[in-house]
Amino acid sequence: MRTTRIANVQDECVNVKSLTFKDKLCANADPGQFVMVWIPRVDEVPMSLSRLDRVERSVAVTVKRVGEATTALHAMKIGDAIGVRGPFGRGYETSHGRKVMIVGGGTGSASLAPLVEELTKKKTDIALMLGAKTRGELLFLDRLTSILAGKGRIMATTEDGSYGLKGLVTAQAENVLASGERFDTIYACGPERMMHKMFALSRKFDVRLQASLERFMKCAIGLCGTCVIGKYRVCRDGPVFSSEQLLEVEEEFGQFRRGFDGRRIAV
Amino acid sequence: MSDRLAVEIAGLKLPNPTMLAAGILGLSPESLLQAAENGAGAVVTKSVGLKSRVGYGNPAVVQVDRGLLNAIGLANPGANYFAEEIRGLEKRGLRVPLVASVFGFSSEEFAEAAKILTKAGADAVELNVSCPHVEKTGSEIGQDPDLVREVVEAVKTKIGKPVVVKLTPNVADIVEIAEAAVKAGADAMAAINTVRAMAIDLETTQPILANKIGGLSGSVVKPVAVRCVYEIYDAVKVPIIGCGGVSDWRDAVEFMLAGASAVQIGTAIASRGLGVFKSVTKGIDSYIKKKGFRSMTDIVGLSHKR
Repeated sequence: MRTTRIANVQDECVNVKSLTFKDKLCANADPGQFVMVWIPRVDEVPMSLSRLDRVERSVAVTVKRVGEATTALHAMKIGDAIGVRGPFGRGYETSHGRKVMIVGGGTGSASLAPLVEELTKKKTDIALMLGAKTRGELLFLDRLTSILAGKGRIMATTEDGSYGLKGLVTAQAENVLASGERFDTIYACGPERMMHKMFALSRKFDVRLQASLERFMKCAIGLCGTCVIGKYRVCRDGPVFSSEQLLEVEEEFGQFRRGFDGRRIAV
Repeated sequence: MSDRLAVEIAGLKLPNPTMLAAGILGLSPESLLQAAENGAGAVVTKSVGLKSRVGYGNPAVVQVDRGLLNAIGLANPGANYFAEEIRGLEKRGLRVPLVASVFGFSSEEFAEAAKILTKAGADAVELNVSCPHVEKTGSEIGQDPDLVREVVEAVKTKIGKPVVVKLTPNVADIVEIAEAAVKAGADAMAAINTVRAMAIDLETTQPILANKIGGLSGSVVKPVAVRCVYEIYDAVKVPIIGCGGVSDWRDAVEFMLAGASAVQIGTAIASRGLGVFKSVTKGIDSYIKKKGFRSMTDIVGLSHKR
């Protein structure tokens, strides 16, 4: 574990903040990889890297306040110390395809933002769909809009209709796919039910899928077994899985995850 | 793999002498199957007690030089719940012995958990009297020969399957504990569990593990583990399973020369992946062939002969 200091704190949207810190290893991570962030005296939690700056050797994690650990992260100020392990796991596969669909639900956009940046560098044709419950929860809307300006499409959906199209982001994705538009790959990160729906759509429309899963984690190095899904360990074999891999763990994907006691918790 | 490597431990027939160590991945049936499919000659479950436990908070592990510090805290779903997870594993393709690691806060709890899990299909039990970081169980039992005797006797009375006792290195005299276990009827020894240890962060001046103290595993503990196996081999007649820092075939052979009939592998999976079982097995086989031995059993305890 390495200790580093918070270099910047930024409010992103309702209940969501980004914390920036310097770390060379993290800055060289692939989009979709994750880190374990130690909050001294409180907890250690897995976090997606939401910004990768190789030049400045700095990265960011984007945190929604939901419990004790994330509340402690929200209370952090510039100069506060945190510990970091990682980056861990396998990120998004970016070598496939010239035209892709990217679907983010809620804070799922955190791991997708560096992916969008990398794909725009490769001049990939991107259709990005962001979904949230309400306008104030559309994470990285401005950032992604400016990254994609002149380079790709961005479509937003909100469940309450306060911004963009009203409804679920998956319904929007389905409309686009049903219109006959072809994509080489779909990338998805968000609530598991959303990704499960995208998995079903990827099968129906025969498109390659890359989905980033979330599980409870302790060791992050493939030993403790907390994050297992079927034959796979999310910390090691994931967090990003292909549709072929998800098919192998169909009994668990979208069904349950394991709690810290190893018992099944419905997704 | 050739028959040279097959080994029988307390009636358990292992196709090769590598085992998945307790506490590693063995929380779900798929993980156990996965270890076996990748070449483990036997698989040991995560330690299971009568009641479920979420264990300690994070950080539950600290990566240290050549080793790993952990304080998971005996997280487990409870014996009855876990029994349903492992039931019928052989029908799902498990072809190697399944050993249930159990713990309890009394000898009755050990015996009850052992009974539940062997009824569900475990071929043997391994008694965790050696976890170094949970109060009133684990090494607090395993440091006292009288308590070890009591637990082993209680389990032996309740089940008819082989009983392995996993020993703690956190004692002045590990032989005394091994002898007590064997006298009480233990069928095999496993040595060692983790070494009680901790790590402190300089920046915050705080212990890193949520539980402050945990257990050390990995290459860094291997010389301690080899010494323990060596001492136990001189004192007891039951088979010994070596554990602690096995990451390649040389480590495994060293344990065997010290007196181990098999080895358990855990921490090395982090760096070597599940392929470690096959690579260790293959390496032992080449060593035996090259040295002109007929089988693996020929080298067990060989360092004791001059």
